[in-house]
Amino acid sequence: MFPTPIAQTGMPVRMLYGIALPLSLLIWLLPIIGVAMTSVRGQADLTAGNYWGWPTHWQMIQNYTAVFHNTPILHYIGNSFLVTLPTVAGAVALSCMAGFALGIYRFRFNLLLFFIFVGGNFIPFQILMVPVRDLSLRLGLYDTVMGLVLFHTAFQTGFCTFFMRNFIRELPSELVDAARVEGATEFQIFWKVVLPLTRPAIAALAVLIFTFIWNDYFWATVLIQGDHAMPVTGGLKSLNGEWVAQWQLVSAGSIVAALPPVLIFFLMQRHFIAGLTLGANKG
Amino acid sequence: MNFGKHCKRLALTTALAMSTLAAQAGELVINTDASDPAPKAAFEAVVKDFEAANPDVKVKINTFDHEGFKTSIRNFLSAEAPDVVTWYAGNRMAPFVNAGLLDDVSDVWAKEGLSDKLKSAEASMTINGKKWGVPYTYYQWGIYYRKDIFARLGINPPKTWPELLAACAKLKADKITPFAIGSKQTWPTGGWFDYLDLRVNGYEFHMDLTAGKVPYTDKRVQAVFDRWDELVKPGYFLANHPSYMWQEALPAFVKGEAAMYLMGNFAVAPMKEAGLKEEQLGFLPFPSITPNLPRSEDAPTDTVHIPAKARNKVDARRFLAFIARADTQSKMNGILGQLPVNKQARQPDDTYLKAGFAMLSSAHALAQFYDRDALPEMAKAGMDGFQRYMLNPDSRNEVLKRLEEVRSRVYK
Amino acid sequence: MTTTSPPSLAAAHDAADGWWARHQRALAPVLFLLPAALMFTVYVIAPIFQSIAISFTDWDGLGVKRFIGFGNYVELASDPDFRTAMFNNVIWLLGYLLAIPIGLAMALFLNQTVFGIRLIKALFFFPFVISQVVVGLVFSWFYDPTNGLLFHVLRALGLPPVAVLSDEHLVTYGIVAAGLYPQIAYCMILYLTGLNNVRADLIEAARLEGARGFSLLWHVVLPQLRPATFIAVVVTVVGSLRSFDMISIMTQGGPYGSSRVLAYYMYEQALSEYGYRMGYGTAIATVLFLVMLVYIVFVLAQIWRQEREL
Repeated sequence: MFPTPIAQTGMPVRMLYGIALPLSLLIWLLPIIGVAMTSVRGQADLTAGNYWGWPTHWQMIQNYTAVFHNTPILHYIGNSFLVTLPTVAGAVALSCMAGFALGIYRFRFNLLLFFIFVGGNFIPFQILMVPVRDLSLRLGLYDTVMGLVLFHTAFQTGFCTFFMRNFIRELPSELVDAARVEGATEFQIFWKVVLPLTRPAIAALAVLIFTFIWNDYFWATVLIQGDHAMPVTGGLKSLNGEWVAQWQLVSAGSIVAALPPVLIFFLMQRHFIAGLTLGANKG
Repeated sequence: MNFGKHCKRLALTTALAMSTLAAQAGELVINTDASDPAPKAAFEAVVKDFEAANPDVKVKINTFDHEGFKTSIRNFLSAEAPDVVTWYAGNRMAPFVNAGLLDDVSDVWAKEGLSDKLKSAEASMTINGKKWGVPYTYYQWGIYYRKDIFARLGINPPKTWPELLAACAKLKADKITPFAIGSKQTWPTGGWFDYLDLRVNGYEFHMDLTAGKVPYTDKRVQAVFDRWDELVKPGYFLANHPSYMWQEALPAFVKGEAAMYLMGNFAVAPMKEAGLKEEQLGFLPFPSITPNLPRSEDAPTDTVHIPAKARNKVDARRFLAFIARADTQSKMNGILGQLPVNKQARQPDDTYLKAGFAMLSSAHALAQFYDRDALPEMAKAGMDGFQRYMLNPDSRNEVLKRLEEVRSRVYK
Repeated sequence: MTTTSPPSLAAAHDAADGWWARHQRALAPVLFLLPAALMFTVYVIAPIFQSIAISFTDWDGLGVKRFIGFGNYVELASDPDFRTAMFNNVIWLLGYLLAIPIGLAMALFLNQTVFGIRLIKALFFFPFVISQVVVGLVFSWFYDPTNGLLFHVLRALGLPPVAVLSDEHLVTYGIVAAGLYPQIAYCMILYLTGLNNVRADLIEAARLEGARGFSLLWHVVLPQLRPATFIAVVVTVVGSLRSFDMISIMTQGGPYGSSRVLAYYMYEQALSEYGYRMGYGTAIATVLFLVMLVYIVFVLAQIWRQEREL
């Protein structure tokens, strides 16, 4: 292990580490702690210029009630779920199939197709913006949840296929050969042999894509206009415009908006990190 | 008999079916940018009255975020158009008119005699000799100032440029910033340019300039910046203004760290909410600069239009006629805290609106505002340039050269 | 198979089955790929070419497209705003790359087994999970020249206040710093995972040979972290060229356009309140795409080499 395990060092180093660790965590999370504190501050604190000190007026209930009552934040969050969940399902389904095709079969252009999916991942969104917006307008999907879902699904398919293909390729090929010998159809191989083995990859992908899509802001501003379909990132931006200088309310809104991915992250941390770090430990 | 009964029932169902059809046909979809509380309430009130007066019409309002609306309108005008849409007068509606996205409503104007009733806004609603919408409200711009601070320092509300400069010097000497401004969204800088140009060169020149007929490198534009220099160079504006939106610059004014604020009348409500009393808050028209120049003002006008692709143009016209009425405008503007355009409407009792009404009704002419009078691309470049100049007055010539490049490209 | 079917039907079934059975191995990959390939083509591949086509026109998104050849590109060449945006992209790129060494340092710091370390690692990773919109909001409050924490800290230190977001020379660095916050967390987690797989025997061997501290890190640990570094570089470079959210939230490109990057400038030209120049916007996007393409080819070449080794 590197660096030297702390247990093997002397007392002073251990003490120092024991102090440095929580302290650095505190400093690192200062911005987030700041938001959390602001979200429970009373207006009086802000008027008095107490933006960063310890709150003297606690208004947690009032602030959060105000956010839920006076703003469509719940509606925004609902939209975010309506966009995120189908996208996760769609992208995972498409990429399981595509990943299976690219990972199991050997055919001409296999690698070329794979590279197109991988490369598509890295292109700047802006090159897609005008035509995708146009396409959505023509399909009548502009400014609808469905339009956003379709685009996200398509785009995320690139990354997900890359991920699934690499995962499936690592599976022992004997499994597939054995199934063929037993007379399984190709679909059965996919459904009964390979898919069950990809469960950890699916979990990792699902968690990851959920976070990506939930936090998407760019496409929400490009493809959605009205509150009726606006996800919470875009919603937060417009709340910030309406509540200039009412930091406590924007903060409460931000906390509420950040909650779902944060919960998912803490509940499924292992999968999340497995997804994110795919390839970081093999070479 | 049996047959007759059957017939009757048939007739009844048909009538029912017809009436639901009619209800659908009589649905009027209005897209507004009335996301702020007062405009929202005003629109809800006018719709309620309209529905009461026209029971066969069912109105559906789609409210959009005020800023987002400015981009989304382009999409719904060309894709799924509502029947009525809110927008702004002047050149701001020109791109839509030129793209054939708005309906010519000259017929409504003729039928309701609006050329007389809405006289002050007639010019700004006319393009190519036709009317393209109906104005329902406007508001004045001017300098809001702290009466208490002026009284303490013995300053009289300035009427001329030298008086204004003297007042600024006095304030600055007392460590008070003369002017609050927030330019994170750049449009407040447009208000400054408008007023300086209107006072230095007058309305006609300002209209020529914003219509792209005069180069920005013109001597007369330089003259505007010479005056502007006299405020920027001594540091008479709030420092770091690009960090604040206009609302974020309000606390400095409310706390008395700044004594004046060139703004639209909509600023009065938040100023009062923040604790300023009427005896602390005064209003003064922008001082004169070039002597004997007829006085013109900025008065941005909000309007309603019918998209060319609207489905229910019949009821849309009824709505336009309704919103042009004196009683409707009295009621709406009572809620909005703004001025009705219809001259037969009841005039306001509010101190600041009264002052605004007096100022506007005696004005030589009304401009819309820089970002409504100039074409959008020009306005964007212009206000960016004004912001840059206000932060760094030495960049003046560079800014004007850049604006001239944009002008010669945009107004081909 | 189905013994109950009438003979003729069964025969037909068998024939079909036979054909399918004979060809299914060749057809299956096509069928499995089809949905993903279709979606990807419609929404990702085709739009790239459409954008490039639009970049040769003058189009406001409403009227007809007018072909103007390289007109937009000629204008770009002399557009000072474009140059500013390009330059800012370079700042973003270089600044963002700092996330890699900082993330590595944090990973090394946290790579210990003490009580509660799992939770602590998770908390360190936290900034990556929340939306950039929230991070952008927090940092713009941090920089606020009247109430921001930075203002208070500078005053406490007796230094003059700085309005980071209104200063044309500082603003981009200020936003990059905000962008680094989640990116460092990302690189950190990549390295933490990489460190898990570092071979203890190699380290012990090196220790026995007297390697210590930095030289051990440089000669023994880092080479083993190469895959993690590769991914960290890839995601960081891509992230830096995509930077949009933070700028939109924190400055909207201001003051007077000095914090724009290509991605934001493109959006502003093509879709914002004051500009609907789709042709010009797509020309900017095309330039950005070409820059990225060089990089994509480089990354794909790396992956290609890995594939060949397998």
